[in-house]
Amino acid sequence: MQVPPPFEYQRAGTVDEAIALLDRHGPEARLLAGGHSLLPMMKLRLARPETLIDINGLSELDYIRRDGDEIAIGAMTRHASVLASALLAEHYHIFVEAERVIADPLVRNRGTVGGSICHADPSEDLSAVFAALRGNAVIRSARGSRTVALRDFHVGPYETVVGAGEMLTEVRVPIRTRTGSAFEKVERRAGDWSIAAAGAFVQLDGDMVADVGIGITAVGAEQFTCVEAEEALRGRAASDEAVAAAASSCAAGCRPSADQRGPEDYKRHLVGVLVARVLHRSIASARGGVA
Amino acid sequence: MRVTVTVNGAETHAEIEGRLLLIHYLRDNLGLTGSHWGCDTSNCGACTVWLDGVPVKSCTTLAAMADGHEVRTVEGLEVDGVLDPLQQGFMEEHGLQCGFCTPGMLMTIRALLDRDPNPDEATIREAISGNLCRCTGYENIVRATRWAAAHEAAARTAHQEEALV
Ligand SMILES: Cc1cc2nc3c(=O)[nH]c(=O)nc-3n(C[C@H](O)[C@H](O)[C@H](O)COP(=O)(O)OP(=O)(O)OC[C@H]3O[C@@H](n4cnc5c(N)ncnc54)[C@H](O)[C@@H]3O)c2cc1C
Ligand code: FES
Ligand code: FES
Repeated sequence: MQVPPPFEYQRAGTVDEAIALLDRHGPEARLLAGGHSLLPMMKLRLARPETLIDINGLSELDYIRRDGDEIAIGAMTRHASVLASALLAEHYHIFVEAERVIADPLVRNRGTVGGSICHADPSEDLSAVFAALRGNAVIRSARGSRTVALRDFHVGPYETVVGAGEMLTEVRVPIRTRTGSAFEKVERRAGDWSIAAAGAFVQLDGDMVADVGIGITAVGAEQFTCVEAEEALRGRAASDEAVAAAASSCAAGCRPSADQRGPEDYKRHLVGVLVARVLHRSIASARGGVA
Repeated sequence: MRVTVTVNGAETHAEIEGRLLLIHYLRDNLGLTGSHWGCDTSNCGACTVWLDGVPVKSCTTLAAMADGHEVRTVEGLEVDGVLDPLQQGFMEEHGLQCGFCTPGMLMTIRALLDRDPNPDEATIREAISGNLCRCTGYENIVRATRWAAAHEAAARTAHQEEALV
């Protein structure tokens, strides 16, 4: 039987309360969002926080809304709400495509956007989505709030820039015109973590790539992206050759490791194929005027 | 800590440890052993119950997280001795063999039918993709769901006709 080790349970009703509890209980306290990463880790004794601060009552952080020329997503938004969001589907189909293959519907009913990116699993799918879209994270503490680019958010596996007494409250992504986006993942079975996955957006100006973002996960890519590949495309014609060059640049630039999900060369191969597919599909939908 | 959880419409109270999982609260504290405790690793869905109307894996939810909230378990499907049409569908279409996955399946599919009264096969299979069955190959579970959907639709029509008379 697996049970979490003992801890003190605390509950916050507002962001201010959660921050005050974090300050009071110090570095051995952890926020408890959906619990679908933290509780399994605690059952395995990979995490042993002294205090858990339950933030499921923070309905103030459960939203997806348009805010000027950005979309703001609250940290306590569940995967299921992201998947169901008409606003996200309209602007970024990448969210729909990624969420469909994140875990299973039951996990998606509980797991949150904030918990996903703060857990910082190197195979996490939304991290690749936000890296591709060049989103920003809003982090709050008793001292106020700061905004960090999601491409500077991860310090390493299971480590982020969210420091003591801080919590993530929101993720923001810029809305772009004439843009298409897509996500593709290869998994061993339905609901499993990625062997490799890639996401992208492409913004067109005529037939030129005005801007592009690429996200890859589970393959050891720096900040879940590949800047060289983006540079190989930006400002060029949206041609098959340019896409192929970007895809092989991603495959060469990532650092997958062999594990039970497959050997290194297989994962590298997947990265090349998946990046090419998401770029082609993004270009096609940007041309067709679909998100 | 002291918790109050409404389970199948009735308030329950207990003094629990913060680390107590909801599945153990239901089975051990309340004796509601209908919800099964399977993989323990958030993968199989045998422990699925509703939390405020939403199906969740109770092996990955603290009982403390249900404090002040509503839980519905498989025991709450039958009303006054009458089985839920979905339970009947599982009987009619042989939707179970060993029955281990069944409570979780029922809770997940009941939520699906409440949201989408006439789901196609792909929708049903997607909805139960977090509930593993090692016996049936899922075929009969899909049929049982379709049976319940058809009977509920027929019952609704009959009800409307009655209202017109
Ligand atoms: C069976 C299963 C399959 C899965 N498959 C996938 C998959 O295919 N792809 C994928 O990407 N993910 C997958 N997941 C992971 C799932 O998406 C995450 O568990 C979940 O989204 C994490 O969110 P949570 O709300 O449950 O976080 P929690 O487990 O509650 O928290 C995770 C960590 O983040 C911290 N945290 C939470 N919220 C905040 C905040 N607002 N500010 C600061 N820190 C915070 C917590 O303290 C904790 O350290 C799977 C999980 C399970 C159980
Ligand atoms: S026992 Fe909860 S998912 Fe298997
Ligand atoms: S009936 Fe045996 S596991 Fe489903």
